[in-house]
Amino acid sequence: MSALLSLRDVWVEYGDKIVLERMTLDVEAGSFISIIGPSGAGKSSLLRLILGQEAATRGYILLDGTPLTPECGPDRGVVFQRYSVFPHLSVLRNTVFGLECAGAPLSARLFGAPRRAAIAEASEMLDAVGLGDSLHLYPSQLSGGMLQRLAIAQALIKRPRILLLDEPFGALDPGIRADMHALITRLWRDYSLTIIMVTHDIREAFTLGTRVLALDKRRHDPHARHRFGATAIYDLPLRKEAGEAAAEATVVAPESRHDQKETISHG
Amino acid sequence: MRWVSRHVRRGDRLLLGALPILLLVLLYLFLAAQRHAANSLDKILPLPGGMVGAMAALLFQPDQLTGQLVFWADTLASLQRLGLGLGIATLAALTVGLVLGVLPPVRATFGPLVTGIAVIPPIALLPILFIALGLGETAKIALIVIGITPVMVRDIAAHVAALPREQIIKAQTLGASSWQIMIRVALPQAMPRLLHAMRLALGPAWVFLVSAEAIASDVGLGYRIFLVRRYLAMDVIIPYVAWIAALAVVMDLALTFLDRRLFPWAHGMGH
Repeated sequence: MSALLSLRDVWVEYGDKIVLERMTLDVEAGSFISIIGPSGAGKSSLLRLILGQEAATRGYILLDGTPLTPECGPDRGVVFQRYSVFPHLSVLRNTVFGLECAGAPLSARLFGAPRRAAIAEASEMLDAVGLGDSLHLYPSQLSGGMLQRLAIAQALIKRPRILLLDEPFGALDPGIRADMHALITRLWRDYSLTIIMVTHDIREAFTLGTRVLALDKRRHDPHARHRFGATAIYDLPLRKEAGEAAAEATVVAPESRHDQKETISHG
Repeated sequence: MRWVSRHVRRGDRLLLGALPILLLVLLYLFLAAQRHAANSLDKILPLPGGMVGAMAALLFQPDQLTGQLVFWADTLASLQRLGLGLGIATLAALTVGLVLGVLPPVRATFGPLVTGIAVIPPIALLPILFIALGLGETAKIALIVIGITPVMVRDIAAHVAALPREQIIKAQTLGASSWQIMIRVALPQAMPRLLHAMRLALGPAWVFLVSAEAIASDVGLGYRIFLVRRYLAMDVIIPYVAWIAALAVVMDLALTFLDRRLFPWAHGMGH
């Protein structure tokens, strides 16, 4: 299968500190990749790299076969742990924003029929993430889980080629997190998304992902720790069939997944 | 109960807030009465009756030279200068602050210049303004503008630059251009801060207004205060100062009200 996103021998360095070294990665369309690793192992750097927020010091990144410019664009959506939504816009207008930017370069506002169409599309997307009843609330009136639902809806309305999640559920309490897992799995299946998620939660990584990447440093120099960067030390494909896995994830409770995780990580 | 956890109810707050003001007024009346008991022609601490008498002339009797009601002409002239100065400064602060805050290259180019201008004491520029712009309205308004704009620009620019990086990145992933980010993301979020900056700028704006009027003018609240100073006319100066204070308080309250009314999202509102 041809890769949607390819990293070829990518290095990220800040001054003489090497964060990522020799990252080579192929992401296939429709996969759900979880990235785990200790703090400071370059998980977020990798995400920022793919997002275009940072440029690779060496190596290159291809999206659909064309080299990626180091700038964010609508082909890659993102949900951060916090501050992903605009506090001055209502839920509906937060979601419509992405459509307005494309539709009206100068005023960034739509009027008349295009506006009605955009609102209808946004409402539909908000229904899909479970915010159908909160269209006119402001972010300050939403709970943490609802904010992340909004951030997801906002990103998905642009139909990104890749959805990047940076510890999206890290700040949520366990009950809400389970709901969000079900939601993101359903959206991933319904919209045939390609998702790359950075997480601290190992169970979350294995529950949601079709492939788990563990980042860490391969080598340590005790005298100059910053001179060796992290790379993917484990690359674990969990399941072949994306659709099948998604169906499974919604049905099977997270607890009963333990045994499966064990066999996979040993196999 | 600790003082930090004592909360005052709304009614009590009004009462408590009025208390020191009332005490000061009483103290003044006491001192004035004492001085008048010693010398019934005392001009330094006039009694309320004296102030009413002096102000009535300015409020209701047309001036013999100009035919205007002096107090209202002064108020109108001063408010016009203040309003124009504040308006121009606000517009400049919004546009310049927004551009500086959103666009890093512009910030790098013009940030030091704005900082440099901000540290010049505006009153030191007053002679230059009078020489360049004459003694008319322009110089006075220019002094207010020059006095308050740099601080407002820096405030807005800093606020916009401090917007979470995530928001700007998110907007870009939603396809927004620099211009769209400026008008749809940064501008609306700068507006509550702009009203706040206006409130803070009101104090300095009054200072520059009164300074300019004191030096070269023929009408205005500051002009009148400095004019009647020659006659030791405290019965006019004190009501004028109180009137300036009242105007400033009303403006401050109006801006606060506007802020809460127009930007409820910025105040963690309930529903």
